[in-house]
Amino acid sequence: MKRVYVNEEWCLGCHLCEYYCAFQNSGESDMVKAFGRDEKPVSRIRVEDVDGEDGIHFAVSCRHCDDPQCVKGCITGALSIKDGVISVNEDKCIGCCTCVLSCPYGAIVIDEGKAIKKCDLCVKNGNGEPACVANCPNRAIVFEERG
Amino acid sequence: MRLLNYVIIGNSAAAVGGIEGLRSVDKEGKITVISDEPYHTYSRPLISYWLEGKVKDSNIYYRDKDFYDKNKCETIFGRTVVSIDKNAKQVILDDNTSVSYDRLLVSTGSEPFIPSISGLESVSQKYSFMTFDSAKEVKAALKKPQRVLIMGAGLIGLKAAEAIADKVSSLTIVDLADRILPSILTADAARIVQKHIEAHGAKFILSQSVKEFRGNTAVLSGGDTVDFDILITAVGVRPNTELISDAGGKVARGIVTNKAQMTSIKNVYAAGDCTVSHDVSSGSDKILALLPNAYKQGEVAGINMAGGKAVYENAIPMNAIGFFGLHMITAGSYEGKTHIKKSGSQYKCIYYSDDVLKGYILIGDVSNAGIYTNMIRERIPLKTVDKKLMFESPRLMAMPFAYRREKLGGIKQ
Amino acid sequence: MPINYIYPKYDVVRDSTRCIKCGACMRQCANEVHSYDDELDVMKSDSMDCVDCQRCVSICPTRALKIIPAENRLRPNGSWSQDDIYEIYRQAEGGGVLLSSMGTPKNYPIYWDKMLINASQVTNPSIDPLREPMETRVFLGKKPGKLEFDRKGKITTKLGPHLELNVPIMFSAMSYGSISKNAHESLARAAEELGTYYNTGEGGLHKDFYKYGKNTIVQVASGRFGVHEEYLNAGSAIEIKMGQGAKPGIGGHLPGAKIREEVSRTRMIPMGADAISPAPHHDIYSIEDLRQLVFSLKEATNYTKPVIVKIAAVHNVAAIASGIARSGADIIAIDGFRGGTGAAPTRTRDNVGIPIELALASVDQRLRDEGIRNDVSIVVGGSIRNSADIVKAVALGADAVYIASAALMALGCHQCHSCHLGKCNWGIATQRPDLVKRLNPEVGYKRLVNLVNAWNYEIKEILGGMGINSIEALKGNRLMLRGVGLADKELEILGIKHAGE
Repeated sequence: MKRVYVNEEWCLGCHLCEYYCAFQNSGESDMVKAFGRDEKPVSRIRVEDVDGEDGIHFAVSCRHCDDPQCVKGCITGALSIKDGVISVNEDKCIGCCTCVLSCPYGAIVIDEGKAIKKCDLCVKNGNGEPACVANCPNRAIVFEERG
Repeated sequence: MRLLNYVIIGNSAAAVGGIEGLRSVDKEGKITVISDEPYHTYSRPLISYWLEGKVKDSNIYYRDKDFYDKNKCETIFGRTVVSIDKNAKQVILDDNTSVSYDRLLVSTGSEPFIPSISGLESVSQKYSFMTFDSAKEVKAALKKPQRVLIMGAGLIGLKAAEAIADKVSSLTIVDLADRILPSILTADAARIVQKHIEAHGAKFILSQSVKEFRGNTAVLSGGDTVDFDILITAVGVRPNTELISDAGGKVARGIVTNKAQMTSIKNVYAAGDCTVSHDVSSGSDKILALLPNAYKQGEVAGINMAGGKAVYENAIPMNAIGFFGLHMITAGSYEGKTHIKKSGSQYKCIYYSDDVLKGYILIGDVSNAGIYTNMIRERIPLKTVDKKLMFESPRLMAMPFAYRREKLGGIKQ
Repeated sequence: MPINYIYPKYDVVRDSTRCIKCGACMRQCANEVHSYDDELDVMKSDSMDCVDCQRCVSICPTRALKIIPAENRLRPNGSWSQDDIYEIYRQAEGGGVLLSSMGTPKNYPIYWDKMLINASQVTNPSIDPLREPMETRVFLGKKPGKLEFDRKGKITTKLGPHLELNVPIMFSAMSYGSISKNAHESLARAAEELGTYYNTGEGGLHKDFYKYGKNTIVQVASGRFGVHEEYLNAGSAIEIKMGQGAKPGIGGHLPGAKIREEVSRTRMIPMGADAISPAPHHDIYSIEDLRQLVFSLKEATNYTKPVIVKIAAVHNVAAIASGIARSGADIIAIDGFRGGTGAAPTRTRDNVGIPIELALASVDQRLRDEGIRNDVSIVVGGSIRNSADIVKAVALGADAVYIASAALMALGCHQCHSCHLGKCNWGIATQRPDLVKRLNPEVGYKRLVNLVNAWNYEIKEILGGMGINSIEALKGNRLMLRGVGLADKELEILGIKHAGE
């Protein structure tokens, strides 16, 4: 199955993936407008940084595990896996954070007072290629099959 | 080949795990689900959210409406299993009918423990808070604001408190322990959460028990009295183990199973709050009454019942819970050295030994907590991670490059 | 002191109605032009250190940034331009030589643009390269004057070592040190895929790149950095660098800051110390001396590799080329005065040397006149901008061209002329690890391959239009060119007729 993989050696820490992800999931067609609202759109991908000349940067988003702790532990049944893609039913999720407790990668994003947010490979909002991949300036994030 | 007959007693997370586990291996065998509750499978932890009005009726259900159809399950709801005849491989129901099984899953959960306090029978409105029905009863009783006394400042008592806080005229919570949430919080941490809950109108009376009830007045061990209209008891739960013990199966504090979730009785499996788990963070056996745990045990039982192979391991106590918008996540066991950071309502305490992370308490900012959980569960050696970074906040940056390369980059060494 | 206040050349303009404060500009600017004020919750820009590399503009997700020439100006003066005056201020303050990078930005005539290419009409059919074979393969090296055969008809003439190019384009010398390892890897991998060559420059060859040896030209320059037997044998050809178009007559200077561990190991020089390449080769003062080096190198590589001698285009280039052709070299590379550099004194870059078009025409003519044109191949470089320049160069007599500035642009270079500062935001002319990683060779090499393939296709189209099906057939075919707006003398040197003639 095609997944989002991160090539850490090429990540520049520009954080653009976070902004494109949030935009893609905002339902807006204009990025300026999406971020112009008081309530900022939430990214499903996050970048960890150590700054400096020998800095380290990489992006983290849902790995869509074969044995997903988040789905199995979800107390509402809001998280489910279909064709290998784990997604959240935002109507059902109560934001209890049991998935945050379970995810080994920190790939579940808390959206205070609302349903949690997580990467669904842009299957709902995208056009084949996840927004983080399509807009990474250095191919540090790729969408491909790997062993 | 003859189709196998699977019978599941119970209809909550462990049972659903069992059904999904069974169907991942055996698409055709007959599954019969027996429950004393008349409901489509629902999520027990959601009853407080339902009562609070945050979860609508249709969303309390743990799986979609077509769940039993899709999984080809027969259901017998509103009937209680009274015994297991292991020789005849049958379960006997309370209407004296019987259901045969080739493999049986006991996922009977637990029931509220009602302490014997003198005068309890004189309380006119008393409820527990474990089932959808009990939540419905509380809701009906609170049609107009009343004075509520909750016995027990544990997870169930406090979730009930949160659910009704804006529907009561007064809310008092009494607990024998010296702090709230004693099963998951230390005294320091509990103080922060207590303060937060108190700000929403709840009053705590700690280190005291109810000595006696005189009608709608509780007499506390310290001598004070509390007047109330409604009593909610949430002092603890008791695992439902009788079916197994009566059938001669091994029971400790809960039903004892092997790693495949099989009980000491042939062809009989058990999962969920009625069973004992092995906590790898402390190395001891205990009941881990948690939904994720129940589901995973049920799934493992189901796979094995259907002839597949699965083991349940690396279990640890863990909880994600919140009250009035304050999140907390805890996991593992609280032993060894500590690393504590505190500011306002933000709190973090990490327990560790020389080798591994043992447990943690996070209050407020709980982002990425699963990275800690994983370290405990997988016993990742602390010497391979950047301890300083990791203690600062849960992050993959602290993990070795090779770990990230494999997990994020998909490249195995 | 206010007298030395130099107003920034550019204004970074931020459209605050479009800025979403994502901070990408701030994180991507090595010159620290952009910053975020968390108290005011605004992104700010200070143009003072902006080099107009366009990195922030390119990466801004909402097109909120633009860089424009600063509106402030010195009092207009027809004799003294603002640049002239500011340069005086700079030198009055610092007392040093002014440094620049890349090719001269001055408005010298570009002869490529004053030559037009012929096409077939009616009497000689044009060729469609999509339907008919079209050859752009080129062989570089000494060609025998005649062929000899034995009694059975087998060729007995011994052919010397050659370079075989699938496309008439090579990547010219850029040292590892002046450009990054990732830039080098991009060039090497592109050369491999295209079936052509890249050139190490005088920085030696990184151990990781020996595997690209089949597509590598190793350079020997006046500093002899990184030169050893294994190095000489690692490539397919050896280039002796006598001069560089951007800075004829002077040597090189790689600042110590760019000499980190791996550069130091590859160049075989100490870390952190400036690497100075002398102006001359101290063992070459005549064509005879050059011949000695040519044959030393041939000897060291067992006569298996062609030797290139690279010179800058200067006034008496034709005579020098004639000497080189007689020195035993197989290929002459001529670098025009518009060529790029990682660092050069501004005055030299902007005032020394001659245009490559004129140099090429006169060299080709001279070698033909002397009957030694077949003894060497001619490669020209220094401001080849597109496929039409290449077609014109071949028609003027070149066998192939070298490109470097264009290759760097394919890798992201925006011609900010600040290579010498070592803070290239595009990860090309820098050794800072956080900047180097901005150039992913996986992306870079594909862009180079795309560029060269596109050019090669255009060359085929133009050749087909002329009714020519092989680039070899165009070589030195000056009838295919006509001049526009050129004086008689220029036409004479170029050896072409004026349009309409």
